[in-house]
Amino acid sequence: MLTRRIIACLDVTAGRVVKGVQFVGLRDAGDPAELAERHVQGGADEIVFLDITATHEGRDTLLNAVQRTAERIFVPLTVGGGIRTLEDAARVFDAGADKISLNSAAITQPNLIEEIGARFGAQAVVIAIDARRKQPNQTEVVAPELAEVYINGGRKATGKRVLDWAREAEQRGGGEILLTSMDADGTRNGFDCELTAAVSQAVQIPVIASGGAGMVDHFVDVFTRGHADAALAASIFHYGMMDARTLKEQLASRGISMRLPC
Amino acid sequence: MIAVVDYRAGNLTSVCKALRALGCEPLVTADPDALRAAEKIILPGVGHFAATERLFQSGLAAAIQQRVAEGALFLGICVGLQWIFSGSTEAPTVPGLNVFPEQCERFPDSVKCPHVGWNSLDVVRPSRLLRGLTPATHVYFTHSYRAPAIQATVAATNYAGDFSAVVEDGNWMAVQFHPEKSGAAGLKILQNFLELPAC
Repeated sequence: MLTRRIIACLDVTAGRVVKGVQFVGLRDAGDPAELAERHVQGGADEIVFLDITATHEGRDTLLNAVQRTAERIFVPLTVGGGIRTLEDAARVFDAGADKISLNSAAITQPNLIEEIGARFGAQAVVIAIDARRKQPNQTEVVAPELAEVYINGGRKATGKRVLDWAREAEQRGGGEILLTSMDADGTRNGFDCELTAAVSQAVQIPVIASGGAGMVDHFVDVFTRGHADAALAASIFHYGMMDARTLKEQLASRGISMRLPC
Repeated sequence: MIAVVDYRAGNLTSVCKALRALGCEPLVTADPDALRAAEKIILPGVGHFAATERLFQSGLAAAIQQRVAEGALFLGICVGLQWIFSGSTEAPTVPGLNVFPEQCERFPDSVKCPHVGWNSLDVVRPSRLLRGLTPATHVYFTHSYRAPAIQATVAATNYAGDFSAVVEDGNWMAVQFHPEKSGAAGLKILQNFLELPAC
């Protein structure tokens, strides 16, 4: 039976792992390669590196971290952030990534999805979508179909609706969707299950839910109500609140299919 | 010598890293003559079945066939498994090596596709590659096309029905999943292949 995946995400900037709340207020959480290895030993099914600042100077530092990580872990490694050309992607793959994730560049140059897919396979292209249902400083939460896609690290609204963009990304050959709820990100109040379910039902490719993980119940919800194929979390793993193995054992005991032992 | 065939289909880095972690320094080659000296041949592959066309055009397919007939051991990974079947509906005009006459097909629309993630192995016959693994071991898959379960299937995996996860027939061995990305279980499978007595 195909299991649901638990993915540990490392937000990387200038070669260090950091974690913020709703995309701001960053705190240092450690060395990427070391943390990745610790998460895999702790039972994570996959690792995602997101270069959240993706500055030109920081690029070699990131590639170095990818390389050091890929030598130590033997589960899938996805790298995203700052990939704008086929050459950028090729460098990340050469460093040892198995998949790349495209966010802003997929919106501004959608042909990049096809280009990278043609060379490295569609399974290697993850489309990261940051979506917001609640405008900043407002209380109204719109229906999932009306959620808006944001780019540039959540700073720029695109005017695109999340379901339209998810379908287009699939048609262009994206292999998976990494869906982050900006409203839920970093709050530890739970995933946006309505948003996740809407996207998961709109496409045939797997959907990874991200943003809001804080406790076991949240994962149960996102795998059942949210129809997520995988769930991604960062802070609950980094600060030693829980390791992936403990989480997976608890999910398995509640009827969610998990890779165990791991 | 262990050869990893480079036919420009996706990236070989991960497979080579896993082999190195097991103490094996593979020869990555696109040269048919180099393959004719190999004791073991690994054919990785991700992406489109059409990429395998280059194997016939470049003489690599003939070299692989000849060398395996002489006793070399072959391990296909992912598209490398599909290639030793007769072909795939993904690229109907591109022939496979036809070690097995069946054809690979896309998963039905009733399930999400690609099949991505950790799924379990249902071991149906004694297997050299899976020696020492616990029953129902999980391994990492990522593919949209699959080979049917056949006589040579030693482990099947279920996703909209059973398909071939591991096939073994004499010197021909292949896995649909990615052992290099399947954690400790995957490394054990690669190690089993490395430890098999070569010709």
